[in-house]
This record gives sequence, C-alpha cells and structure tokens, in this order.
Amino acid sequence: MDSTIKKICAGDVRLASRLIRDIEDKIPEAKAKIKKLYVHTGKSFIIGITGAPGAGKSTLTDALIAELRKKNKTIGVLAVDPTSPFTGGAILGDRIRMQRHAEDTGVFVRSLATRGALGGLSQAAGDAIHVMEAMGKDIIIVETVGIGQQEIDIINHAHSVVVVLVPGMGDEIQTMKAGLMEIADVFVVNKANRAGAKQLQMELTSMLNLSSKAADGWRPPIVMIGDAFEPATFAENTAELAQKIEAHHIYLQESGKLTERMHRKAMAEIKDALSACLLEPVLHSLIESGELTSFAEKIKSRKTDPYSVAEEITQRYFRKQDKK
Amino acid sequence: MPERKIRVIVAKPGLDGHDRGARVLARCFRDAGFEVVYTGCHQTPEQIAAAAIQEDVDLVGLSCLSGAHRKLFPRVVELLREKGASDITVIGGGIIPEQDFSLLYDSGIKAIFTPGASLDSIVEWIKTNIKTH
Repeated sequence: MDSTIKKICAGDVRLASRLIRDIEDKIPEAKAKIKKLYVHTGKSFIIGITGAPGAGKSTLTDALIAELRKKNKTIGVLAVDPTSPFTGGAILGDRIRMQRHAEDTGVFVRSLATRGALGGLSQAAGDAIHVMEAMGKDIIIVETVGIGQQEIDIINHAHSVVVVLVPGMGDEIQTMKAGLMEIADVFVVNKANRAGAKQLQMELTSMLNLSSKAADGWRPPIVMIGDAFEPATFAENTAELAQKIEAHHIYLQESGKLTERMHRKAMAEIKDALSACLLEPVLHSLIESGELTSFAEKIKSRKTDPYSVAEEITQRYFRKQDKK
Repeated sequence: MPERKIRVIVAKPGLDGHDRGARVLARCFRDAGFEVVYTGCHQTPEQIAAAAIQEDVDLVGLSCLSGAHRKLFPRVVELLREKGASDITVIGGGIIPEQDFSLLYDSGIKAIFTPGASLDSIVEWIKTNIKTH
C-alpha cells in the first residue's frame, strides 16, 4: 500500500488534512489517492447537521462531540462555511464553538469553504468524508453551510440528517413547504427558551401528522433544546438529541433503509465523479484554448445558441472515442 | 491547473478578549481571497497548534494585546515544530514593544505587525512570503 494511504488509514491528521486540501484545490494526484483509499471507506456513521445561519449548528455539533466522546467514539467533523462570490475568500468560523476539543486526539475538525457549490456543502465534501472514513473515524459529523429551503445536498452524504430550526422564522406554511422540511430524520427546535418555540413544535407536529414518512416506521422526533448558557438543561437536551440520532441509526440498520441510503449515496458519487471526469476536463481545455470565450462571443451576438455549442463540443469528444 | 488557495488561521492566545483587531484582520484576509479560520479568544498555544494542523493552513497569525506574547508566541512555533509542522509560517501582531522583536524573531516568528501597520502591507507580506504547500 502507498505509504501516504497507509499513514492516513493509521490516523495521520497532517496527511489527511493535506489530502483534503489537494481535493479542494483539484490537484490531479488527489484523485488517484482517493481511488486507493476508497476500499477503506464506508464503515463510518455519517450525521448531517443543517439549518439556517445562526440556528446553532456549530454549538450543537460541539455538544454532540462531547456526548459521543463519552462513549469513546472517534469523531471527524467537516464544517462548511460560505466562500465569497467576489473575492473567493472565506471566513471559516464554525470551529470557534468546537475549540475545547482541539487537543483531543479522538476528534478531527476540518473546515471547508463552499467554493461556489450551491447545495449547502462544497464539492470536496464527499471525498473529504472518504478521507475521514479511511482514518477510521467511528462517526463523521457534517455541518452544512447555513441554508434556506432548498440546499439539501447533505442527503446524498449523510445517513442521518438533523434539521435545526429556531422559533420566529415564519408561519405554519413554512413547515409545509418542500425541500428542507422533508429531509429531516430528526428535528431540533433550538433556542427553545425563546418565544414561539412551542408554536413551532406544534406546527412541526401537525406537519408530521400529515407526512407519509411515518409509514416507513420512522417518525422524525422533535427535540427541544433550550438556552446553551444554561449548562445543566442544555446538556440534558443535547444528550436526548444524541439518543434520537442513535435510535435513527439503529432503525436504518434494522429496517434495511441503511442499504437504501448507501445506494443513494453511491448514485450521487457516480454523478459527481462523472462530472469531475467528463465535464471538468472539457471545460478546462475550452478555457485554456480560449474557445470558451469565443463561443460566448458567438452566443452573445446570436450567431449561435448554447445548445448548438454544447452539441458541437459533445460530438467532438464522442467521435474521438468511436475511432479508438 | 487552478491556483492553490492560501489558508490561514487568525488566533488569539492567552487571556485577552480584545479581538477587534483579529476580526478586522480576518475580514481583510477574506477580502484578499484567503480562506481564514478564526478560532476566537482565550486559546492555548496547544489549541492553536492543533487547529493549524487539522486545518492544513499555510500561516498562523497570532494577535496578543495583553503583554504575554513573549511566552505565548514562541510556544506556538515550538509546538508546530514538535508536531512536524515547522513549514507553517507564524506571524504575530498586537501591542508588542520593539525591545521584544528580536526575542520573537529568534524564536521563529517570521513577521511582527504593530499598531499603524496598514492592512495592505500585511496582505502584501503574506502574498510575497507564503508559498502554498
């Protein structure tokens, strides 16, 4: 086995983090490493934490780490924050809430910037999960960027998804909408000490009463979590959250749903890899040759249209294949 | 091949809650196109070094206004070295008397920025001196 891969599998943080960075920076060798590493992945339990900016995802992640460490689970955390569309820079601030675990060698926290991805994660997230799996982490927590209604890529990566809500974000209709409200395996009503929390709990309950999900044998529980500055009740509430997540994990295993989710994950991985192997090199060569700009010019002046351009490019690449 | 993105940590070691400067810098680095991990106040050198390694940063920027820089800054460098990460550059800033500069430079701090240093000059220093891994 490649010595780098061997060391990563033995838990080397430095090399693992470097590989994640190579993936983010799209260094070609990184792909080869992931190929070698892939056989060592697929054993970790992956928890997704998602919700609006400031809802408390990082604080809850920190509490979950503490809870899971009590059971001696080793943990990887991927925390995603947004990239500036203007400068390409990013403030990665999720780890502020988790710094008490910085010296715990059983916990590896890595921040990722979205780098233009719109689904709540970053393009590198899938492979970054693979790296942490290969390191042998029992549990991987993926904290998405603060999201709204539709950025639900997390369902392609996590086994159990926690949707974190806070009171005061809208009326009952919001809970009926498609997207985010459908993907929760566990709901959290966070900051439940605030006005409107009971109301939100009721709205969620009536939404779940109408949901067909329960017919599968799992009705997403609603965990009320109070003020993080009241340590005793907060610890109690977050312990309950950890229990519900564990219960969902057991449900997935016993009902056979875990295999279903892993299948969904594999499908998404193929799509991502296809895009990386087909689309990206083509785009890259079009940019390098300057053709992309001249195509854009032609489209701009209406000499052609985007579909004809795409067909021309596609034909060029597929013909090459036929001749072989 | 896309360019390597510069990754930095802005950290405040020790018992010092004055983080306006650190926040302004973090924001300025964001605007310069860097990915900036901000770890907040009251960090031990051990926490900072561990975070720097987990995040695979090119640079650690330490801010200290409490006067404890003589102990805390060199300790971060030392810890990184111990963990085989001496390729990570450490710079510092804050209220640092000139007579302490040589001690800090000798300990491996690569640059020191004190009040009056322009944001541009700090970004420029990083762009010139940091070779991404």
